[in-house]
Parts: sequence; C-alpha cells; structure tokens
Amino acid sequence: MIQMIGKMFSYPFIIHAFIVGILVSLCAALLGVSLVLKRFSMIGDGLSHVSFGALSVAVAFGWAPLPVSIPIVVLAAFFLLRITDNAKMKSDAAIAVLSSSSLAIGITVTALTTGMNTDVSSYMFGSILAMDTTDVIISVILSIIVLLLYFFCYNKIFAVTFDESFAQASGVSVNFYRMVIAVFTAVTIVLGMRMMGAMLISSLIIFPALTSMRMVKSFRGVVICSAVLSVLNFCIGLILSFLYATPTGASIVIINLIVFLIASVIQKIRGV
Amino acid sequence: MDVLTCDHISFGYENQIAVDQVSFSLKQGDFLCIVGKNGSGKSTLLKGILGFLKPIHGEMNFSEEAKEHGVGYLPQQTAVQKNFPATVMEVVLSGCLKERGHKPFYSKKEKQKAIYNLKRIGMASKRRMCYCDLSGGQQQRVLIARALCATKDILMLDEPTTGLDPKATMELYRILEYLNKEEHVTILMVSHDIQNLISYATHILHMNQKMKFFGTIEQYKKSEVGKEFIGGGQI
Repeated sequence: MIQMIGKMFSYPFIIHAFIVGILVSLCAALLGVSLVLKRFSMIGDGLSHVSFGALSVAVAFGWAPLPVSIPIVVLAAFFLLRITDNAKMKSDAAIAVLSSSSLAIGITVTALTTGMNTDVSSYMFGSILAMDTTDVIISVILSIIVLLLYFFCYNKIFAVTFDESFAQASGVSVNFYRMVIAVFTAVTIVLGMRMMGAMLISSLIIFPALTSMRMVKSFRGVVICSAVLSVLNFCIGLILSFLYATPTGASIVIINLIVFLIASVIQKIRGV
Repeated sequence: MDVLTCDHISFGYENQIAVDQVSFSLKQGDFLCIVGKNGSGKSTLLKGILGFLKPIHGEMNFSEEAKEHGVGYLPQQTAVQKNFPATVMEVVLSGCLKERGHKPFYSKKEKQKAIYNLKRIGMASKRRMCYCDLSGGQQQRVLIARALCATKDILMLDEPTTGLDPKATMELYRILEYLNKEEHVTILMVSHDIQNLISYATHILHMNQKMKFFGTIEQYKKSEVGKEFIGGGQI
C-alpha cells in the first residue's frame, strides 16, 4: 500500500490535484462555517450549477473555461445574496430557479455544439485529471487571500455571522463582508468543481462545518476543526479513490459523510 | 444633561413613512421606554437613532460626550443565534469591536473588560459555556454584557423580553434597574410590555407613527393615552 501511495505521487496530475484539492477544501471549510451558520448552505449548491452552465458554454465555444466562468459565478453570487435582502422572491426559490436554468442552458448548448463529451461529464461528476498549472496558481492565490482575510478579519467575520445588526451598529460594513464571502465562495466553487463535480462540490462547504458543530462548542474551535477535517477528509478520499479506482469527488463526499455520521453518533451518546 | 435630542424627526422605508415628526430628548441617567402597538414605528425609530436609516426630515443630535462614550445596542434576537456555536466569552468580546482596527486578536485589556461586564450582569462564572446551552434569559443577559462592552453608559434595547418567560423577564428588568439606578447607565428601550415597565422606566415615549405622548412616567399615568394603554390596572 505504501508502495502504491509512493507510485501515486510520481504522477504530476496527482500532485496538482493534491495541491488544488487541499487549498480548495481549506477555503471551502472556512467559508462554509459562515455560510452554514447564516443559513446560506444552498447558495453553494446553486452556484455550482451556475458554474456548470458557464463552463459548458465556454467549452462549447472554445473559450478558456476559468476566465469565463469565474465572473459569471461571482455575478450569480451577488444576485443570490441580494435576493435574500429583498423579500419579493424567496431565496430558496431563487436558488432553485437559477440552478436548474443554468444546468438546462449548459446541457442544451453542449448538445447543440460539441455533444456530451468527456469534458462536460467531468464537470458534472468531477475528474482528477482536470487540474492544470493555471488551476494550481489560482488556487494558491485564492487560498492565501482567504487565509489572510480570516486571520485579520476573524473578529469581524464572527460579529457579522453572529449578529448583523450589532455588527452594523459597531461600524462594521456588513454588506462588504457579505460580498467578500460571496466572491470567495464563487471562486472556490469554480476551482473545486472540476475536481469534485458540480453535483458534489457543495458538500465540501457544508460537511466540515456541520461535523465540527457536533464536536466543538466555540466559534474558533469550529473554524479550526472544520479546516483540519476538510483537508484530512480530502486526502483520505483522494488516496482511496486512487487505490480502489473509485470516482474522486464521490469518494471524498462519502468520507465526509462517514465522519459526519460518526460525529453525530458520538454527540448522541455523550448527550444522553 | 441631554444625551440625545430629536427635533421633528421622520424615518421611513421606500416612500413609506414609519416615524412621523417625533421630538424628544434623552437625559443622562434616564430610563426611557418607547411604547406602542406592533407596527407603530418603535423599532424603526431606534434603527434611525442608531444611524441605520437616514432621516427623511428633522434633526437628531448626540451630545459630544455621548459620541465619545458610544452606544451599546441590543438588537432583537434572530433565529440564527439561538443555536450558535460560540462561547459566552466570544460573544461578549465581540462588543469590543468598535474601537479596534484590523488587529487580529483581542488584547488582555479587552478580555478584562468583557469579564468585568459579565460580572455586572452576574454571568462571569458561565463565560466558558456555549452560548447555545444557555436559557433564553441568560442569552439576553450575555447580549447586555456585549452591549456594555461597546459603551460607557448608554444602552439601547430593542424588545429584549420577546420570547422570555415571566420569571426571566423580571430578572432582566431587575438587571436593567440595577444598571440604571446604581451605575447611572442611560437606557432607551423599545417594548410593548408597559404593565411591568411602569415600575422601572422614568420616561415614556408613546408612538403610533406620530408621537402620541412624551414625558415622565407620572405624567403618562395621568394622560389619556397612558390610561388607555396601561388599561385594566389603572381603572
């Protein structure tokens, strides 16, 4: 087995996948704590579908995928967060409408042009082969920004997550932090989606936060715990998927699910 | 000394006026209650005072001293907060946010301030507990400690007793009374619980979009509006 793992790291694509995966899971976990606590979990899911639509359109027209999809998903994130403020259309309905429409557009455009090829199907369910040097560079930059943001604005992020009105009264620009979180979530999703798959990426945001909330009872603890768990689960999932030739994204989600279930059972036992 | 004066001030949302030409003044050491029916603009007035809304009309002035001391605000509780994974200390410390720049960690002085304010409301022993494991009344007390971290002596509360049982409500009022009488904290509170507040408040502002009454509690008890709103007990 150790030999197998050694062999695994002799492939450059695996090393790319590891670097991008670890960084993306780290960012997803940090952002996920705020999103889950603010009841925005479904935004990740909606954005991944938008990202799928944008990527398939880009592939169909032969454009570079990342420069096209990142701005579109960022726009969608702004739009979804604005909807939450505005009560005319409820946010869950807006997310459902947006995600199914962009999925539909993506599939139709693909069918009309290139047909359902491997590229598109890898966007749907993820592919370990999808990571190139551009992805590695963008994810390194993204994760450095997210980590710095968390380090320097940790207290403000806590205040905004816990109580927006009080944060606003303390002179924190609530809208600014919302927007920052939306933009980073969008970029994280676009980057992670090609490895995890559009259908599975939102689990990277939600699971670590949910699991940690069952294990720790302080905000700082939850943030640190979900970052560690997220990276750990990703590594285990990726290695197992290599060893047993299972789909990468799905394996990572299943590991996350198992850890979540274990944490829930332990919490139940401790609670009674 | 006047902490805050409002002169014919109006607030509203998108062409709809919720607070119409209200004038009052808040003095150092007052316990002012803003009362009125649901939808009478009480909370909107408080949001306006805190600067979340721009006045449509009229003027509002905080004294220089009040600006320096800051205002501690206790918003209405949201559903998100009830099960929030955070320690009591983390919540109270977030009250110190106003005075700090982008320093990543809280200083020792801020931690002492948080503990001092927890002592004032009798919750210091629970500072390592999870906020989510506290009762509704204890959660409100923690939020008062947080508000106290943001101010020297002015508290503004928005319906702090919503969802509390009668015992927790009375306990909360006793804490506010202690802060007001013993520590001379100026309190402005939005509430509809007038029956209980008669014994704690010093001034009443009765709203129904327009200002129906402003004055001391004694004057209010004698006024037409007051008699009607206090109801049964006074007749």
